[in-house]
Amino acid sequence: MKTFNYHSAKDVKEASKLASSNSAFLAGGMTTLPSMKLGLASYKDIIDIKRIKKLSGIKVSGKTVTIGATTKHAEVANSKEVKKAIPSLAALAEGIGDPQVRNRGTIGGSIANNDPAADYPSACIALNATIHTNNRKIDAEKFFRGMFETSLKSSEIIEAIEFDIPQKSSYQKLPNPASRYAIVGVYVAKHKTGINVGVTGAKSCVYNDKDLSGALSNNFSSSAIDNVKVSTSGMNSDIHASAEYRANMVKVFAKKAVDAC
Amino acid sequence: MASLVGSRVERKEDKRFLTGKGRYTSDINIANQTYAVFIRSPHARAKIKKIDTSKALKSSGVVDILTGEHIAKDKIGGLIAGWAIRSEDGSEMKCPANPPLAKDSVNFVGDPVAVVFAETLDEAKSAAELVKVDYKVLKAVTNLNDAMKSDAIHDGIEKNLCYDWLLGDRQKVKEAFDKADKIIKLDIINNRLIPNAMEPRACVIDYNTASEEITCYTTSQNPHLSRLIMSAFGGVAPENKLRVVAPDVGGGFGSKINLYNEEIVCSWASKKIERPIKWVAERTESFLTDTHGRDHITHAELAVTNDGKFLGFKNETIANLGAYARVFGTVTPTYLFGPCATGVYIMPAAYSNVKAVYTNTAPVDAYRGAGRPEATYTIERIVDKAAMELGIDPIEIRMKNFPTEFPFKQTLVHQVDSGDYVAGLNKAKEMSDYNGFAARKKKSEAAGKLRGIGVTSYFEACGIAPSPVVMMLGCGVGLWESAEVRFNPTGQVTVYTGSHSHGQSHQTTFAQIAADELGVPIENIDVVHGDTDKGTFGMGTYGSRSLTVGGIAIVNACKKIVNKGKKIAAKMLEASPDDVEFKDGEFVVAKSNKKKTIGEVAFASYLPGVRDEVKSPLPEGEEPGLIESSFFDPANFSFPAGSHICEVEIDPDTGHVKLDKYTAVDDFGTIVNPLIVEGQVHGGLAQGIGQALCENAQYDESGQLITASYMDYTMPRADDLPDFNLGFTCTKATTNPLGVKGCGEAGTIAATPTVMNAVINALGGKEISLPATAEKVWNACKELKKSNAKAA
Repeated sequence: MKTFNYHSAKDVKEASKLASSNSAFLAGGMTTLPSMKLGLASYKDIIDIKRIKKLSGIKVSGKTVTIGATTKHAEVANSKEVKKAIPSLAALAEGIGDPQVRNRGTIGGSIANNDPAADYPSACIALNATIHTNNRKIDAEKFFRGMFETSLKSSEIIEAIEFDIPQKSSYQKLPNPASRYAIVGVYVAKHKTGINVGVTGAKSCVYNDKDLSGALSNNFSSSAIDNVKVSTSGMNSDIHASAEYRANMVKVFAKKAVDAC
Repeated sequence: MASLVGSRVERKEDKRFLTGKGRYTSDINIANQTYAVFIRSPHARAKIKKIDTSKALKSSGVVDILTGEHIAKDKIGGLIAGWAIRSEDGSEMKCPANPPLAKDSVNFVGDPVAVVFAETLDEAKSAAELVKVDYKVLKAVTNLNDAMKSDAIHDGIEKNLCYDWLLGDRQKVKEAFDKADKIIKLDIINNRLIPNAMEPRACVIDYNTASEEITCYTTSQNPHLSRLIMSAFGGVAPENKLRVVAPDVGGGFGSKINLYNEEIVCSWASKKIERPIKWVAERTESFLTDTHGRDHITHAELAVTNDGKFLGFKNETIANLGAYARVFGTVTPTYLFGPCATGVYIMPAAYSNVKAVYTNTAPVDAYRGAGRPEATYTIERIVDKAAMELGIDPIEIRMKNFPTEFPFKQTLVHQVDSGDYVAGLNKAKEMSDYNGFAARKKKSEAAGKLRGIGVTSYFEACGIAPSPVVMMLGCGVGLWESAEVRFNPTGQVTVYTGSHSHGQSHQTTFAQIAADELGVPIENIDVVHGDTDKGTFGMGTYGSRSLTVGGIAIVNACKKIVNKGKKIAAKMLEASPDDVEFKDGEFVVAKSNKKKTIGEVAFASYLPGVRDEVKSPLPEGEEPGLIESSFFDPANFSFPAGSHICEVEIDPDTGHVKLDKYTAVDDFGTIVNPLIVEGQVHGGLAQGIGQALCENAQYDESGQLITASYMDYTMPRADDLPDFNLGFTCTKATTNPLGVKGCGEAGTIAATPTVMNAVINALGGKEISLPATAEKVWNACKELKKSNAKAA
């Protein structure tokens, strides 16, 4: 690992000010630190935001659940409020990584990294999330731009993620047998205003599957999906799952999710 | 006193291993040590044009940088194959030189070309990035099937062929096949595996500039053998100036049998730079450079009668050696594989023909089971296929071909001394509720799932020895084992063994044996292993040989102690040695109440005099002390056997295979510690199941290992496994006084075919290759659905 300057920011303003094109914010460090150790990434400045109290915590209102950016997966998984308001979101958090990861990794870190196989981005899509940063609010649909790419600017810090509470929802994932990241993860949510099907793992970036949500809008049952053809176009292909298998699993896991709603 | 052999004694090792107090090689630090980082080839095959270390040498903290040129100049030898195998035409096998640091060419990704020594690990790593190696990249040979048609990797080794070996009689097999009602044919791949010991390889070298002695702490299954090779072939130092210590070692599974490049290089370099050296592999280095396992392509044929009698068997295999032939690399696919390929059956005629080839991949060597899992997979898959094609129940076809009389002369090599295969399979049948399978299958089908059952009966030749046999077969050393038993004057016992424990719990098992032999409480017995400066000599631990060979050396050394003790006790008790009996730690004069404990005798043996009197408890001619050693070389291999039955449930929507039930019935002869044996079986099963369902080392066409981390290499996890249902039968081995057979590899040998037979059974006989990953199974389910629809 190359040497770097470590800063522990006391508030968001200081953290933002320290940021440059050669810096990284550090929350759980579940991706940043291994990348640095493996020599895949190096930074001049590491800006630790874990001590900023304002960034952590869970708030539930009548219509939304708002989770602070540095809230750990284990806190979401074990939160009584989240379990009550959006049980599928708590279950998703419970299924991330292993206990060590869940007790270090944060929701803000996960979505800022936008790993194509991460779980949380699918929740953001399915639950109409609004990403609150230190200077604006971004709709989830506009936030995730591509593989490891978001609309965040270099000095911009995620403060919280606000999720709509759906009428029904479920997240179902086919884990990679080795890494246990999602080969395919499908988050189905039925809102008063419509249905979202957030799909992660399958393509280079999370997406809302309009064919599936369209079919479910007419008839919210797994049989409604039977005749939807999920295209292999843009699907990832690797030693664990071909594009064809992934496309089929999107459908299979969407059905599982609908059945579990 | 109750016998400790056979009881569930809790492990003496538990305290340190379960509380993080183990002392592994990387826990050892020597004052003033430097840190080594190896520069490794990023190419699978290339010529080294130039290595420029000038910039790196100036980097902060660098002590020295050494290359293949330096090591060649100092005439340090390389790594070797331990077994010489002859081809069918009588010619000697062909092995390339394998220098510790490559000088002219590199032959797999990870092949080391240079090494940096620096004051800190970070400095060594930074400097390593500045070493410039200019390669001329050549086309790599990575496909096992095409290796014999590809460019020769090593000069003078045509067709990349190490040997083309035959065991058996082709003519007899032809005659048997001519008489057959049916020939069953099977093409299989035995997938390449990466051992993945929890502790990565490491070495710490301490060179004493005054005594000129090198101490090498290392992660080895056989420190004496490492010293022998490093001295005799490496020329690093004479054996008396080389001490090899393998302290706590976190798993080996065969991958730590070999002496590796890094140990030779660091031992040699420590003397050169006159500084201690520490090297610890990163996990990626373990993936790339630990010896891998398996990797065969096999075509097998079984000649049968219509009523399911076996007449003959052919085994045509191509085995991948990787880039170089290592210690057990050449014997694993021959004598450890070929003889066992006829399985537990009466097979009137058979042959195994193995072509071992070089490819630009990591060297392949022994991996838990070594050859016998590959053999068992071959025969047990084809036997199941025969059962299916002949419409005979898989258990019935096995029973029909079992030998029922022992000793049983197995077709190709082995004289199996004892066993009862019928009893084992019957017990497995009962324990697994084989007869209830049909009902469970119906229930699965009602839930939209497929269910399959798989059976395997296996035997293995392990307890690897005896020396005259293994040396006749090409082994470069004798495979006996030694032990030394020392009584202290105050009555505690230290047992020195040449076996090495890297998870096998010898400190407990061996103490149990010695406690029974000597009648000393187990708390007073310590077992010492893993240090060439302590105890006698050792050939190490692999091939389930620790107990059957090393354990018996301990028994025999204890018996010598008792014999000497009898003479001393007789003198002390003023009786004839013939009248003294030894029982439960006491020497008793027959038909009297005169006795001495073994502790009293030990004390007397060290203090052979009485103050103010010229009187000694030692009989005339006896030397003081109570220390005895023994070298044990058994008369034969040992032959554990058993039958395993498992059930899988497949989700046709995803192809996910759920291992639902697993029953293992094994015959290990006498069991010294059931607790430890059950643990060995559990671990073995997990590894065998891993091969069947998860693990698969894959190289791309250019020779890059694409499964070089846990992100892609699938290890079996606890939640992939069911509760194991274990049972035992016992026929004692006749070739050692304890009747033990060895248990370390059995689970790995039996589990892979058991699981695959179940998967293929669930798929209605549709063949799929190892491992049965979700996508493969999903595709097979789709085809099955299509063919079922057609049939309907």
